[in-house]
Amino acid sequence: MNKSIHQSLFFLFLLLLQVIVLNNINFLGYINPYLYIVFVFLYPLKENKFPLLFYSFILGLSIDFFSDSGGIHAFSTLFIAYIRLFFIKVYFRKTPLDYPFFKLKDESFGKVFNFTITLTIIHHLIYFSFANFSFQNLSIVFLNTLFSCIFTLILFFLGTYIFTKKE
Amino acid sequence: MQQIIYFFQKFKYFLFFLLLEFIALFFTFNNLNFHKSKYVNSANRITGSLNASLSNFSEYIELKSKNELLSEENTKLRNQLEKNRLVPSKDSTITDSTKYRQKYTFTQAKIINNNYSKQFNFLTINKGKSADIGSEMAVINSLGIIGITENTSENYTRVQSILNKNSKINARLKGNSRYFGTLKWNSNDYNTVQLHDIPRQAPLKIGDTVETGGKSTIFPEGIPIGRISKINQGNTTNSELEVQLFNDMSNLRYVYIVKNLHKIEIQSLENISNE
Repeated sequence: MNKSIHQSLFFLFLLLLQVIVLNNINFLGYINPYLYIVFVFLYPLKENKFPLLFYSFILGLSIDFFSDSGGIHAFSTLFIAYIRLFFIKVYFRKTPLDYPFFKLKDESFGKVFNFTITLTIIHHLIYFSFANFSFQNLSIVFLNTLFSCIFTLILFFLGTYIFTKKE
Repeated sequence: MQQIIYFFQKFKYFLFFLLLEFIALFFTFNNLNFHKSKYVNSANRITGSLNASLSNFSEYIELKSKNELLSEENTKLRNQLEKNRLVPSKDSTITDSTKYRQKYTFTQAKIINNNYSKQFNFLTINKGKSADIGSEMAVINSLGIIGITENTSENYTRVQSILNKNSKINARLKGNSRYFGTLKWNSNDYNTVQLHDIPRQAPLKIGDTVETGGKSTIFPEGIPIGRISKINQGNTTNSELEVQLFNDMSNLRYVYIVKNLHKIEIQSLENISNE
């Protein structure tokens, strides 16, 4: 029970953080971090995949509502939520038996880095391709993806560094 | 039958995933269409009120500069008023222009959400159906044009910014020559827009002013837009101009919504001639 409250608070926190603060950064005019995808990274592994797919869709759609982008955030967030399990198997070599004990902060930095950078690049690439919505200006899409990825990952690793308790 | 159930059992996650992706795509494609984007937009009650309270907060910081802008505009309007008083009426018949020949009404509104860094940009303003705002009305401020209203809810309206790849606005050169073209945006820089379809023979100079032409039913005539900053004359009959906007689109607060009272009359007339 405690965990689900924690999850929904985390959901709300990420949504408000993205909408109120991060969407308005516009570093150098157009670079914004999309930190809300951290929800997909940190959502606990479960045998049942429906909740993660559904919640990430809702999170993306809520951000779409605030930033007038149709369903682009929902599409890209849902996509990385679906392929997340595949990359967990590839990078961390987990079997379904390990799922309840899996925690991202217990894994080594290199593996976590590979995992997050893959998902972030996929998410941002889909997002910016749809936001551009044409085959012109492809260089802008790639540049935006690169810069926003760097920004998002810096914020993610700073955040995990600050908020994890030291033993 | 069992085969089908087995199929659903096996691929339930993938099917659920596909279903949600299709919903997201549906919203995305609808959002790109000017007249259909009624599902996902920031002009609803929840997002509208959150954006409104946020803008209330940030407004406080900008009070000083906005006051200066307002007083500048007041001076300009006062000067125009004085000019009108000086000219004695030549005709003996005086028409009360405020009552019978009025073509536009202006409504003041505040921008509560502003995008300018994407390819399809929208603004949200804090007036809606309750203030008699409908779709396809012009949004301007004292410096120039800003966009066209699109979706309205009870208290909020979404505005398609001129910084939107779908935006097409009739514009012309200010001065003696009245060559007109279409104003579009190529999504590169939020300070410049492009003026297309200006005939080759039009005399052009860098620094010339571009304003709205009175050929659409949305924008009034002669609203300033910007200055020509670059002229691309290729091997075509038309030239494409880069126009530096007067407005800083990243720093907007108060706007006017212009309602054309003769819009239905003009449109009905034009539809007859088309048939």
